[in-house]
Amino acid sequence: MPVLARWIEAAGIPTVVVTMMPAVAEERRAPRIVGVEFPFGHAFGMPLDRRMQRRTLELALRVLAGARAFGTRVDLDVEWPVPLREAYRAWQPKVPSPIVRKMLEARQSQS
Amino acid sequence: MIVDSYRFLPRSFRPLYEGRGAFPGEDAPVWAPFEKRLAYARIALLTSAGIYLKGSHPSFDVDREQAQPDWGDPTWRSIPATTQPQDIAIAHLHINDEDLLADPEIALPMHLLADLAREGVVGGAAANHVSAMGYQDRRLEDWRSTTAPQIAAHVREQGADALILAPA
Repeated sequence: MPVLARWIEAAGIPTVVVTMMPAVAEERRAPRIVGVEFPFGHAFGMPLDRRMQRRTLELALRVLAGARAFGTRVDLDVEWPVPLREAYRAWQPKVPSPIVRKMLEARQSQS
Repeated sequence: MIVDSYRFLPRSFRPLYEGRGAFPGEDAPVWAPFEKRLAYARIALLTSAGIYLKGSHPSFDVDREQAQPDWGDPTWRSIPATTQPQDIAIAHLHINDEDLLADPEIALPMHLLADLAREGVVGGAAANHVSAMGYQDRRLEDWRSTTAPQIAAHVREQGADALILAPA
């Protein structure tokens, strides 16, 4: 996704990436980054929590319009309101993805 | 406050992401200046949560991904800004889609953006936003050669001045 942002930016369109892995977006050289400490699948916040979603979107707009230099990163200071263990379990698919299944099978066949 | 980029990631996945540096050939800065006031700018959104419209779009091809786990569907969908949650489906094998189906705004806040446009915070919202599916083969060749130029053209056709991208 950070690389996709680069390609669109290179086509002349300003971009900002709102991401739960801002350190990775920095490494991949995204032009503007907003970091959120939210579970995967929840870039803008909790379902039906319009206030949290609005804080995220407004920060994205501020960084989009106000960043002065390539690589600008601003993190959103909002804590996920669900205990970590529960949130960690909740975002993951009920069935492992094909690539995870493949990795697990490879590991099992090695052991 | 600095976000912990790996807080929700399984520990065994971390080396797949951390310390890998830039994508090959993508190290140099790229920069398109944002020149308008937000209040006069039209904004487009992109999600990679695998959102599509039940009634009118084909699903992202998860059958092929099941058969070929290193591959992910590189195509994209145009999502009208007036789309209602009940018209949305999700094809993404790497996340639990329950919260997304309950409230797609957590990935694609198009109704919130429309509110901000009505309030004058932004000048407007694109009539059609963008959806992709974020699990892709490592080389990203189809995204680079086809999807990215198509999305850039779409954003321009929408008269949008900028794009907010949110990975799932």
